[in-house]
Order: sequence, then C-alpha cells, then structure tokens
Amino acid sequence: MSDLVAEGKTPDVVFWVGCAGSFDQRAQRVTIAFTKILNQLNINFAVLGTEEACTGDPARRAGNEFVFQMLAQQNIATMNNYGVKKIVTTCPHCFNTLKNEYPALGGSYEVLHHATYLQQLINDGQLKVEGGAFKGKRITYHDSCYLGRANDIYEAPRAVIESLDADLIEINKCRTNGLCCGAGGAQMFKEDEPGDKRINVERTEQLIEVYPEVIAVACPFCNTMITDGVKGENKQDDIKVLDIAELIAQNNQY
Amino acid sequence: MGFLQIIQILLFLALVGTAGYIAYGKFKEIYDNINMGKPEVIDTTLGFRIKNMLLIAFGQKKMFKLTFAALLHLVIYVSFCITQIELIEIFLDGLTGSHRLLYHTFDGPVFQTIYLIVINFIEFLSLLTFFVTIIFILRRTTFKIERFKKPELKGWPFRDALIILGFELTLITFIFMMNGGDSALHIQEHGHGYGFILSGALGNALSGLPTGLLAFIERVGWWGHLSMVLTFLVYLPYSKHLHVMLAFPNTFFTRPEPKGEIHNMPAIMNEVKSMIDPSFVVPATEGEVQFGAKDVYDLSWKNLLDAYTCTECGRCTAACPANQTGKKLSPRKIMMDTRDRMEEISKGKKEHGPDFADNKTLLGDYITAEELRACTTCNACVEECPVNISPLSIIVELRRNLIMEASDSPAEWNNIFANLENNQAPWQFSPEDRLKWTEELN
Repeated sequence: MSDLVAEGKTPDVVFWVGCAGSFDQRAQRVTIAFTKILNQLNINFAVLGTEEACTGDPARRAGNEFVFQMLAQQNIATMNNYGVKKIVTTCPHCFNTLKNEYPALGGSYEVLHHATYLQQLINDGQLKVEGGAFKGKRITYHDSCYLGRANDIYEAPRAVIESLDADLIEINKCRTNGLCCGAGGAQMFKEDEPGDKRINVERTEQLIEVYPEVIAVACPFCNTMITDGVKGENKQDDIKVLDIAELIAQNNQY
Repeated sequence: MGFLQIIQILLFLALVGTAGYIAYGKFKEIYDNINMGKPEVIDTTLGFRIKNMLLIAFGQKKMFKLTFAALLHLVIYVSFCITQIELIEIFLDGLTGSHRLLYHTFDGPVFQTIYLIVINFIEFLSLLTFFVTIIFILRRTTFKIERFKKPELKGWPFRDALIILGFELTLITFIFMMNGGDSALHIQEHGHGYGFILSGALGNALSGLPTGLLAFIERVGWWGHLSMVLTFLVYLPYSKHLHVMLAFPNTFFTRPEPKGEIHNMPAIMNEVKSMIDPSFVVPATEGEVQFGAKDVYDLSWKNLLDAYTCTECGRCTAACPANQTGKKLSPRKIMMDTRDRMEEISKGKKEHGPDFADNKTLLGDYITAEELRACTTCNACVEECPVNISPLSIIVELRRNLIMEASDSPAEWNNIFANLENNQAPWQFSPEDRLKWTEELN
C-alpha cells in the first residue's frame, strides 16, 4: 500500500490478508491462490503489508477489550490515513470485525468477504470459471459461523462452488444449523476445556458422513480445524480440505 | 338477587382480587429486577419491533426449526389464547351472578351461531390440548430427549414443567365438567343441549344423573376453571412459563445488529484513544467504571429481560458445540443462573431491606470460568432461541470481567495477548514478516 501511495496511485480495493493468511503455512496457500485470482483479473488492489495488524477479533472475544482497542484503533488510523474505501478479506473473523465493529470506532469501509467478492466477479463475467477440474466432484461446504450465522452469508460460497460445475452435497447440519469448527472466540489459541470430544472431531465426522472428495471452507481457522479432523480420521488421502479461493485457482490453473 | 348469588359474587371478587394482588406484587418485583440492569439503547424503529414481535412471538416463526415440537406447542398456544374468549363470559357471569350471560343476552340466530362455533372450537382444541399435554409429560419423563436430561433441569425446573402440564390437564377437565354438567342440565330442562358437540355428548351420557349432582358438577367445573386460570396467573411469574408474556416484549426489543457484532466499550475506547493521541481528552464518566459484568447489576436490562423470558427449552444447549462435546457450558444454564441470581437478590432485599448485599456474585458463585471459556462465540444458541434471547451477550460480558477485572486468563491466552501487543499477531511472528508469503507468488 505504502509503495502505491508513494507512486501516487490509489488501489480500488485493499486485500486484508489477516494474521492467519500472512503467517500460517496452510492459510498462506489460500492467500496466494486468492492473490493469483486478483492478479489474473488485473484487479487494482493493494495489501497493507507490514502495516496490517490483527483486527483484534480474538482479543475482544476472549474479553480483552484493551488489546482489541489498541489494535483496532491502530488499523483504523492506518486505513483512514490511506483513505481506504473498500476491503476484501479471506477471513470471516477479520471480515466481521472490520465490517461490524470498526464503524463504532471511526472506521467505516465497504467490507467484503472473498466469498461474496468472488461471487460478484463471477456474476459480472470478470471471472470465468474454466477447466472443469472439479466437474462432478463431490464437494461439501462447511459453513463458517462468522460468515453464516454472524453475517447471514450462506449463498455466496455455495454459488462459487456451483460455478465449478461440481456436485455440491449438503450435510444435515448446514447453514443456520451448522456446527462450529471449534476455533471461534479465541478457542483457536488454547486447548479445549475438559470434555468428551474435540469440537473439530465432531464437526469433521458430520462432514465426512456424505463421503465428500473435497470439503470446501471459507475461513483459515475452519481450514485448520477440519484439516486436523480429517487427518485424525486418517482420510487425508481421500478427502481434501480446500478454501473456495483455492478451488477457483486450481480449477483455472492459475 | 338471592343470598346465594350475592355470596357467589363476593367470593368471585375475593378470588380475583386476591389473585390479582399477589400477581401484581410479583410482576412488579420482576419489573424492578429487570431494571437493576444497566441502560442499553436498542435503536430500532417501531416497524422493526412490531415485525419481530408478530413474526417471532405471535407467529412462532423460530419454533418451527423443530417441526414436531412446534406443532405440539402451537396446539397449546392457540388453545390457551382461544380459551380466554370463554373466560370473558366466566368473568361477566362472576361479576353479575348470571349464567351464560352472553348466550342469553344476545339470542339472535347470528350471535348464537357464532357462540356455538367458538365454544365448539374451544372444546375441540381443549381435547386436542389434553392429548398434547400428555405427550409433553411423556417427553419430559419417558422419552429420551437429551435437552430435557441436562443437569441444570434437575430438581425444581423439572417439577416446574410438570406442575404446569398438570395445571393444563386440570384446567381442561374443569372445562368439560362445566360444559358437560351444564349441557346435561339443559337437556333435562329443554330436552336438548346447547349444541356443543363434545360436552353435549358428555351431557347426554350424564343426563340421567340427579339434577342436584349435575348442578354440583357444573359449579365445580366453573369455579375450578376460574381458580385454575387465577392460579396460573399467580404461578406464572415464579415459573419458566413467564415466557407466555415476556416473549412479546423480548422480541419487540430485538437487537438490530448482525449477530457477529460485539458491542463497543466506549470507556476503554476513549482511554486507548488518549494513549495514542495525548491531545484527546477523555470524556468524564460518572461513578466507578467496571469492566464487563461480575453480577447481574452489571448486565444490561435486556440481558435480564432475556433471563426472565427463558422457558428452559434447551434448544440453545442442544445446538451448542461445547455442550455437544461434553464441556460444562450450557447456554440455557447461563440464562437460568442469571434469573436465579436476580431472584436471590430480590429475596434478600425483601427480607433485609433495599441495601441488601451478600458476598455472592453471578460470576464465580453461579457461572464458572470453565463454562465461560468453553464458548466459541459461534452464535448457535442465539440462532436457535425461539424468543430471541442472547446467552452469548452475557457470556461476553462475564468474560470481559474475568480478563480485565479478575485478570483470570488461561496461560495460552496471556501468550496471545502478549503477542498481539508486541507483534500485532496472535502468534510470535515479526510484523516485518507479514509479506513473506509474497516470495512464493511467482
């Protein structure tokens, strides 16, 4: 971003990479896939890079409002300084916080999750889904809580999957009834409380019941949780856990 | 007007007056308890409020996520509403010492037909409700429905549910005693009944009994019906069945924000603002600032209204990922604990005066850190609640207190807080490495 601004250019959209997308090895693959799509379509975008800080989602949800406020106000100062208007992010947690919680702190932007963004690109014909690598493949979709229940986005990720001409199979507990992967509310960063089972194991069992070839996700934390779950079931050779951006990038051989 | 009639009118007034007085006292107490909470502005239009109330409370939209339970509940709900029409006549008769005042006053064919349709409708629904109530009792006692077997439902909540179902069976029995006895008397006098299908048949069967006994059955039914309705009124505010009333205000005051939004804390926002920008002057706040909620006083009135509205159906708990995997957290218990704590404080105030304080708090004595820490903030409980209660809102407030006031945080969370403060990411990576992924791009 700072480079673009130094050159006197303004990006149309800021790609909010998020901490997982920047540092987590698995989520980096999604970041790269999504960036390739943006590059292929010659979209004028920028990332904040080293100036991006965590949105504060895990701090706020754990109960640490001080840390949340410090991170959020820092991000808002950065973005307001650059005059950011539109943001797209591959993380539903970042999406939720940026979209719903930053306005009260003075940071109002048009915020899109990449599911919605990709759906828009497909719908207006910019993104042509070609190749057919997933044609007829059994794909099931795991709803992310922060996309679904938190923000009522259920159709956009499904529309992206359907554009692949794939066989989208719904599990019983989907959409509003979807079970959390177990990572939300800062659970990602600590061990489960004592119980009978891990939540990601329970969720993975529900997902593999329909014998999918691919479990599609739209959240880096769900991705980690379900990938672990599939490994736990020893099914990693039969079932791939892929983000919707990866599905598109792989399909189009970007 | 005979002596007996006057006695009946007086007895009626005494019963209604006493029940009304007791019920008013308890309802007022609940109203005051809800006002123990902090102010919260719910910024919605009247249209939004009425729409939610009509769809969700009146129309029971969210109940239908579980079709079978919703249909059973609908029968009792409609029956409960419709029976109130018959209650109008019971009240008029009670006040005037008359007998079926409406039936006898308006004797034109149109009104008589309407009257017959209404009473027949009530009777058929009542019979249906009788069977539904038995199914509900079986669901609580015999069938294996997991959400009714959770630890927080043991003891009083279990008895409370059965007491109400028992009330319903009794009420319906009284309705049929009243109408059946009356029909039999009518048959004895006029050779035919009123035209009530069910109680008419019952009246036919009973018409051979002595007139005095039939009159007795009818009176027991009439007074019994009235007494059960009044008992219900008095019992309601002590019971989870308060939802029949509070579902309406609670859905009326539905919060407008997306479920994912956690509300801002202006005090901390301003403090942090002044740290970043020394020229920013923190607006003065009144009184001591407490972060998050330690007790019911620190929650908002909407949280407290939520707690009184909860009918302990447990759909939230059944949907909760933590609860499904054997963790201690049960969103229903959060609501029940909040209500029980309010009741405890309110009882203490009644006994020891308005300055009553004990050494207990909602956080710690009722709800433990372990329960709170199991929450993934996934909103499944909020989504499920048929009357728009948010257990999550209370959980977040208690978590805030746990972290910011009690400094009670798991070591792993302390690590992420430190990382977030030092390198702006939950993991220990340098901010300088945020663009490392780009190396792989080409």
